[in-house]
Amino acid sequence: MEDTLLMDAAERFAKGEMSAEEKIYFEDLRKNNPELDQAVVEQLFFLNQLDNYSSTKNFKALLLDVESKLITEKFITRSAAQTQGKLVQLWHRYKKDIAVAASIAGIVSLLIASVVSSVTKSNPKLDLLVQKINDQAIKTKKIETALKDIPVANAVPTRQPIDARFRATGFMIDATNNYIVTNAHVVKEAAHHLIVENNKGIEYDATAVYVNVAQDLAIIKITDSSFKHLPALPYSIRKSGANLGEAIFLMGYPKAEIVYGEGYVSARNGYKMDTTYCQISTSANEGNSGSPVITKNGDLIAVIASKQTDATGVVFAIKSANIHRAVNEVKKQKDDSKIKITSAPSLRGLDRETQIKKMEGYVFMIKGN
Amino acid sequence: MSTLEQDKLLLEGIAAENKDSIEQLYKQHYNMVQSMVIANAGTRDDAADLFQETVIVLFEKIKTGNFELTCLLKTFVYSVARRLWLKKLQQQQRYTSQPDDLEEAVPVEDEIEHHLKLDNDFTIMETAMGKIGEPCKSLLQAYYLQKKHMNVIAQEFGYTNADNAKTQKYKCLVRLKKLFFAQYKNIE
Repeated sequence: MEDTLLMDAAERFAKGEMSAEEKIYFEDLRKNNPELDQAVVEQLFFLNQLDNYSSTKNFKALLLDVESKLITEKFITRSAAQTQGKLVQLWHRYKKDIAVAASIAGIVSLLIASVVSSVTKSNPKLDLLVQKINDQAIKTKKIETALKDIPVANAVPTRQPIDARFRATGFMIDATNNYIVTNAHVVKEAAHHLIVENNKGIEYDATAVYVNVAQDLAIIKITDSSFKHLPALPYSIRKSGANLGEAIFLMGYPKAEIVYGEGYVSARNGYKMDTTYCQISTSANEGNSGSPVITKNGDLIAVIASKQTDATGVVFAIKSANIHRAVNEVKKQKDDSKIKITSAPSLRGLDRETQIKKMEGYVFMIKGN
Repeated sequence: MSTLEQDKLLLEGIAAENKDSIEQLYKQHYNMVQSMVIANAGTRDDAADLFQETVIVLFEKIKTGNFELTCLLKTFVYSVARRLWLKKLQQQQRYTSQPDDLEEAVPVEDEIEHHLKLDNDFTIMETAMGKIGEPCKSLLQAYYLQKKHMNVIAQEFGYTNADNAKTQKYKCLVRLKKLFFAQYKNIE
């Protein structure tokens, strides 16, 4: 008897789903074959364990529901910290399950959730110096002025240090007004702060101006005044679809520095024939969400969004035509957005290293909390 | 209706995993447990945690199928909570003396032992579940926890038919079993 057959038999036996005849046959088999019997006993024990686990797990979820209702009704008191600790933790655990359930389709987004990297521009040495000077209460005007000037000179805004909880990628689409495209599921992660970091590791504040969950696209704007305009985009953003077999490369932040990857368009449509997407054969990892997909001629043709979990190298990317659609939406919604895709394509015919050099300043790490 | 009859009705509701029954249990006995915890070096948060665990012990006891209520449910709940709280204090080495009894108590050693065993098994299974990865975890949870039908699962997970989903499920089950027993046999 094969393993799966045995497991199936054991499961139906345990559930009482066997016909009388089958049951006799099964019990006969066990009687005459001690090895098989041993395997069945083990399987039945395991199924029982799994049953206990499931019923406890479901009951705990129920209990939690009741408790949070009673907390809302103020019948039960939990201190804020504890509620945060326990309930939110549990909620996050369930949320994770829910997220998985939502992507049951077998695809996962490529976002790193739960990075804890300190996002701060404050300079500890500088702080220390300031502290020391204060302690000694030196009141010389000159020094005071110098102190005031330090932050400005070094472009160190006084932002509260925050811990980034996720990391992903985005890229510039309007270098005049500093608009960046990424995935909606990335922006959704940023409940409090949204920050972009360029390839030199400098961080800038940003805000979301457009989030389309259905298409999983978002447009964000760098709001930091310290950000210096980049020249017009070296790539163009294609309005038509992706060509089958087209060679592509991509850049993104699956780790703390920019990572380059190559591949090709392996299908014109996405998961379950979703026409918003195309399928790319490449290796993409968590953090690649929002990465630009670019052809050898410098056409940006898609935005990486997700990958299939049960297959390797199957990555789904949102076709770039949707970026144009999103930009038009922003124009309609916000008269003062001034958003405009302005590109001066200059990648054609260059070797890859030069293309990368010209591009990397336009690809940003998106993080926040 | 007598208190005993009411208690039995409540237990039936809890066995059926009825939310209202659980809520009623909280409403009836939570304050008593909270007073006991606070009178014995605990906080309100401890009380909330403890009551959760107490309800789980009660649920497990009902599940064994031989729960004859020989005392008031109130007494049983109090006794379990008291025993669990004592254990917690001992673990934290905060235990000095027997808690002052605010209520009558009955022996519940067997129930607690049964609970600790189940709790241990639960943790092992939870750890194994955490290790099998996707899509196995979701697949097994859909079948065993959410009790979804194989046809539905096949559709949701994108398998061509229920048989394919079933084959995949068994593959996952084999992996889960290996992980589970690796840990389980270590402890035995």
